[in-house]
Amino acid sequence: MELLERQEVWNITYHHALGETASEFYTRIRDEGAIYGRRSAGSGRVLVPPRSFSDETLLPTTEWVKVGPGGQIEAFTIVYERFNNLPDPPYAFGYVLLDGADTALGGYFKGIDLTDPQAAADKLKVGTRVTTTFAADRKGEMLDFWFELTQ
Amino acid sequence: MSSDRVGIIGIGQSEFRSRRDDASYPELVREAVAPAMSDAGLDFDAVQAVVYSLSPDAMVGIGNAERLGVDAVGGRNKPFLRINNGGATGISSVIAAYYHVASGMFDVVLTAGADKVGECGDSQTVLNKIWDPSYERPLPLGTINMLAMSAVRYMNFYGMTEEDMARVTVKNRRHASLNPKAHLRKPVTIDDVMASRTISWPIKLLDCCPQSTGGAAMVLASERFIRDNHLDAVWITGVGHAAETYWMGDRMGNNPTAEHAGAHALRRSFERSYRMAGITDPERQVHVAELYAPFSNTEFHCIDAARLVAKPGDSIARLRDGEFELGGRLPVNPSGGTLCTNAIAVTAMARVAEVALQVWGRAGAHQAQGARLGIASGNGGDHQIFGTVVIEA
Repeated sequence: MELLERQEVWNITYHHALGETASEFYTRIRDEGAIYGRRSAGSGRVLVPPRSFSDETLLPTTEWVKVGPGGQIEAFTIVYERFNNLPDPPYAFGYVLLDGADTALGGYFKGIDLTDPQAAADKLKVGTRVTTTFAADRKGEMLDFWFELTQ
Repeated sequence: MSSDRVGIIGIGQSEFRSRRDDASYPELVREAVAPAMSDAGLDFDAVQAVVYSLSPDAMVGIGNAERLGVDAVGGRNKPFLRINNGGATGISSVIAAYYHVASGMFDVVLTAGADKVGECGDSQTVLNKIWDPSYERPLPLGTINMLAMSAVRYMNFYGMTEEDMARVTVKNRRHASLNPKAHLRKPVTIDDVMASRTISWPIKLLDCCPQSTGGAAMVLASERFIRDNHLDAVWITGVGHAAETYWMGDRMGNNPTAEHAGAHALRRSFERSYRMAGITDPERQVHVAELYAPFSNTEFHCIDAARLVAKPGDSIARLRDGEFELGGRLPVNPSGGTLCTNAIAVTAMARVAEVALQVWGRAGAHQAQGARLGIASGNGGDHQIFGTVVIEA
């Protein structure tokens, strides 16, 4: 028998409130061109991206701490497959422990030749030093900054 | 509180394929429920409650699709509870069904569900939406990229190579070729995996699970009910759950509680289920394992977390030696596992069902000889919420 199908598309728009802590984080990125974390009162750990409370002590964080711009790669991947609603491949991104932070922040790695996966992966090894680069025209969002290999 | 054990008395699984154009979503659920009920030898009147296994709605494209499942599981006039723990949903549903019976409130509970990931065909768009809108949504995150980063750290700590990852795929595809229910059943070689295109380095196409369509169902009952009705059963002797932080970047950096290379909370969950089952030396006491590993690299940290090896990273050499093959000392994923079949809402239930069939001696061509005690696990969230069970004959 002939089996039929029908197409359905979900396209829903949300206006997410970012909250006080993330709003301050992005405002400082936009206005100062700097990354800040929040220090946990109980443990002293500096959480980046900043959280209003620590999931370990369950206490509020107490102060803003400037971190970076230098740091080291903690994890990366290099994407060669095209995914819907994601950038055109190839691109590299991952997590960086910024100097002065205790947790790693996600972002793109730029300025690396990604033509050969193995050669690119060798350049991005865990522990490799990177520097945060900020866009000249900053909007107050995650894509205002990225990481480049320290020369 | 009853002190009875809880037994598994019925198991049903559909065949798993990319698409099932001949079956709607509830029809697929029914396709798993009917053989489970027949296996239990019960009619629907005997079922006192239903636990419904359904992960994110967007994967089937039906808002709160459990509503469509009520009819398929005979849920009319019965207590009905949906469980959603992401990829762990299926095992969490079995554990919730276990709680229903172990509490003494119910003697017979059905758990069931289905997924049609193949109709979405775009699971990474759905899974990108699991990241928080405040910070991480603008990044190109998805479960493949997340677990590629776990692979990078595992390589860094333990020396895993891309060929080691390929060996997992080769093993599991061989197992799946023996399992008529499995989705990807074609055996492959290390060269095939290495030659497949890079998706998210170091993960290649053949290191990835498929997007599967299919259903699963299980019937659990109290020991008293099983004895009174002279039913055959295998026994759930240990259950566990554990969660860890949402923040992937907190699983690296300075002295993380949970290391992203591994599966910290999965280890905790296994410790809980082992303690409950009285298992002190899993490396020697466990005969067979079905561990939720959707990408080849993740099977290593699951084997580590289940303590089937002495220390993290030992799984690499032991797998290379063939220890986890069917016919080896401790077969891991004899069904082919999540790597060969992933209908997300029921994938972790299939892990439990397959282990139950193994210790029951009913696994057919992919039977692990002499298996009397097995373990199963499920992983959900962003590598964050884990469930485990121990099953004994």
